[in-house]
Amino acid sequence: MSGNGAILLSLAIPMIGAVLIALNGQRPNLREAITLGTAGLLFLNVLTLLPSVAAGDRPSATLVEMLPGLPLAFEVEPLGMLFGLIASGLWIVNSVYSIGYMRGNNEQNQTRFYVCFAIAIGSTLGIAFAGNMMTLFVFYEALTLSTYPLVTHKGNEDARRGGRTYLGILISTSIGLQLLAILWTWQVAGTLDFTVGGILSGKASGPIVGILLLLYMYGIGKAALMPFHRWLPAAMVAPTPVSALLHAVAVVKAGVFTVMKVAVYIFGIDLIRDTGHGQWLAYIAAATILIASLVAMTKDNLKARLAYSTVSQLSYIVLGAALASSWSVIGGSMHIAMHAMGKITLFFCAGAIYTATHKTEISEMDGLGRIMPFTFGAFLIGSLSIIGLPPLGGSWSKWYLALGAAETDQIVMIAVLMISSLLNVAYLIPVAARGFFLPSPRHGHEALSVGAAAAPKPGGIQEAPLFCVVPLCLTAFGCLLLFFFADPLYRLIEPIALP
Amino acid sequence: MIAAHLPALQIVLPLVAAPLCMLLRRGNLAWGLSLIVSLAALLIAALLLNQVLETGPISYAMGDWAPPWGIEYRVDVLNAFVLLIVAAVGAVVLPYARRSVAHELPESLHSGFYTAFLLCLTGLLGVTITGDAFNLFVFLEISSLSSYILISMGRNRRALAAAFQYLIMGTIGATFIVIGIGLLYMVTGTLNMADLASRIPALGENRTVIAAFGFLAVGATLKLALFPLHIWLPNAYTYAPSAVTAFLAATATKVSIYILLRFFFTVFGPAFAIEELTLGTLIIPLSIIAILVCSTVAIYQGNVKRMLAYSSVAQVGYMMLGIGFDTVNGLTGGIAHLFNHAATKGGLFLALGCIVLRLGSCRLDDLAGLNKRMPLTAFSIVIGGLSLIGVPLTAGFISKWYLVQAAVERDFWIAAVAILFGSLLAVIYVWRVVEVMYLRPAPEGAAGARSEAPLSMLIPTWILAAASIYFGVETSLNVGVARAAAQFLLGVQG
Repeated sequence: MSGNGAILLSLAIPMIGAVLIALNGQRPNLREAITLGTAGLLFLNVLTLLPSVAAGDRPSATLVEMLPGLPLAFEVEPLGMLFGLIASGLWIVNSVYSIGYMRGNNEQNQTRFYVCFAIAIGSTLGIAFAGNMMTLFVFYEALTLSTYPLVTHKGNEDARRGGRTYLGILISTSIGLQLLAILWTWQVAGTLDFTVGGILSGKASGPIVGILLLLYMYGIGKAALMPFHRWLPAAMVAPTPVSALLHAVAVVKAGVFTVMKVAVYIFGIDLIRDTGHGQWLAYIAAATILIASLVAMTKDNLKARLAYSTVSQLSYIVLGAALASSWSVIGGSMHIAMHAMGKITLFFCAGAIYTATHKTEISEMDGLGRIMPFTFGAFLIGSLSIIGLPPLGGSWSKWYLALGAAETDQIVMIAVLMISSLLNVAYLIPVAARGFFLPSPRHGHEALSVGAAAAPKPGGIQEAPLFCVVPLCLTAFGCLLLFFFADPLYRLIEPIALP
Repeated sequence: MIAAHLPALQIVLPLVAAPLCMLLRRGNLAWGLSLIVSLAALLIAALLLNQVLETGPISYAMGDWAPPWGIEYRVDVLNAFVLLIVAAVGAVVLPYARRSVAHELPESLHSGFYTAFLLCLTGLLGVTITGDAFNLFVFLEISSLSSYILISMGRNRRALAAAFQYLIMGTIGATFIVIGIGLLYMVTGTLNMADLASRIPALGENRTVIAAFGFLAVGATLKLALFPLHIWLPNAYTYAPSAVTAFLAATATKVSIYILLRFFFTVFGPAFAIEELTLGTLIIPLSIIAILVCSTVAIYQGNVKRMLAYSSVAQVGYMMLGIGFDTVNGLTGGIAHLFNHAATKGGLFLALGCIVLRLGSCRLDDLAGLNKRMPLTAFSIVIGGLSLIGVPLTAGFISKWYLVQAAVERDFWIAAVAILFGSLLAVIYVWRVVEVMYLRPAPEGAAGARSEAPLSMLIPTWILAAASIYFGVETSLNVGVARAAAQFLLGVQG
């Protein structure tokens, strides 16, 4: 079957790319061309899997038998297909952006950056296509380790401290809790293969289900469920392309993707719903949504605000799993795509602003919208998508999540979703509003007296390099497209939620 | 013809070569001879393991004196596996030793070094292969005495004190073992282990047997450095020459654990050792303490060699924990960890030897900016470190997987949590080193030029580093054989 080759190629292409990049460290242009070529090839390769998966096939491949009964095996199902497409597709856009950003800021060690980036994407696809929990765990750890050099890229004291928090939380939760849960599952169920309906249903009951669920949910530190969310803001010391692709898309989505996989294929949503253990998880997720939004409001640093916004948004997906209804699972899964597109746009904008003006604090961004209209326009679109307003993609996922809450009679959760949207408005809109409507501080004194309409910018539009601006316009446009073309997404996910 | 005598050759070859090394006097010639012998020993060990896996245990009567009167060499899955570990480490360390020893030891000591090294190899192989309890003690003394010599050759004068400390502790341990063997001889009149095993159950509740068991258990735990009998180990490892540290760390404690396994499970039998005398209740807590305390102590070491030495004591805790569980999974994890840890820790100590060669020190602070000066060495330390932590796809993960599984199936939750928590402590002590190597800029003046160790040292280091990865992915050798050995020891059919 042709699927086998494509699956293994999805792992091989980034790894080969990484080697080629490393070998061409002295020739920046060739090196970047290889990055782009690898990204394009990878996306096309992942795309070849789509038709058969959409038709209901489950292409699979086995690499090696690591332990008796526990092979490194892959199987592409709809959720993984979706995640694989997002990660590999956005890598192309992100690579273009990286070139603009890394050169625009004269960053050091660019070769190491691109190498680790390729390995991280390869690990992400390993997670997406994993056929059993063991394989997923292997690539989960590989992703943590390969992103560590990216987080500590700057190599200064801040980076070191951020890296310590990053690695400390991700490794300790995954080894201390997740691995224990995996072993326990293996003990109870005798298998770790992802199976529709869940491998634990019928094998486990009572409090064991609750303890296992707790171990899994906190063991998957990448989902940033409070109180294990500190690594995400800490990771913001990384260069912005890393924050954009890895900490808005690949790494955090790997976390919530794992949450979804565990809920659907390890426990089975029926088990979670019938035992009632989804209930407390839903409350933890709801608390994370609200608290993180509140914290985001207090942050003046743009990237920090976006990081907390991510923490909050990730819990939407956990909530989708916890509500354990068909609609909520669809909503949660769609949110993986919707949030990815919106949040990567916002991070791209943050990086573009930094590259063009070296400003990181929101309070310094007054009036910048007029010199960087494309960037701030894209930021506004991204914000609206995160908030969940039509005609942008984010509205669909919130719609289905709310439907899921209604279906399970969790009126409180509907309220939480609505309040969260309001909070999103409160912390995201001011950024764009300041940019467009407030006077620039350079002319602050006269502006105060003369009025906001005065103080035209000398030199007019001063955007970041084209390599930065084009990607963010593309992803902003993507948010729009996802609203009008959400149907294919829905069709892809449907089989796992409505079996 | 020769195939029938492989068990004897395994010992006789290095034993005969050792004095020849002394006679050759020239360091390089002695090294060449030792290298050939160590490669031959590896070949023999591999052939023996292969033969045992195919046809079952081999019994070899020394000088054709039939057991139990003569000395019997008895090779089964367990000791064939340990033989392979010892011989393989010897064969990897020797090519490395030439440059390292030339750098760390004065010319006049070279031939003596190789003599002692071969004697140590002989002793370790002998302990492992013999089926005779007193012969085991003789070989144990050969390996111990030669290792005291090797350690005392360290260039720091504190090596003498370390060797002396080890001499005292090691002699006490060996004496306890010989007392235990003597007591057994007193009540059974035999020294052949298989014979002992068949006679001891008939004695029933015999106080002499219990006393013998006590002496043997304490003696062996002293030699294998189970907490709190480990105090000789950190100094010995820290001050010994680099090649010696790598060799001993990868083999000496492993062979001592083998002695313990052999007496507990073959001579006394698990029913007596673990169930009747409830040894598990003693071993399991001590192992857990070893894991937690020594990993914590490792975090605070300023010398990387000493840090790894404490980590070794913690790793011995993992192995003993697996033995204490007394289940197939537990023993599989413990025995597989003998192998995995030998590869991992051996590779790490070899990497440190490369650093000592170039920087003259392995204090943590001196490692700043190592990734620029010795990128390959630095990366091999990262790989070894990941295996110590037990990251998936490394050998360390495999052993921990079985150990935690054994803990979970026996409902030993504290042990399961301790194993995982030990991994987290390992993250801390490993990452301290990684951060310094990669993120702290090199001191002024020392920075700049790349100065990797010579290939003769780098390749052995990387063989072991690569083994830590290889045996984490393709586990049919380490786990497969360990499982067979565990089933053999517990008398369970696979």
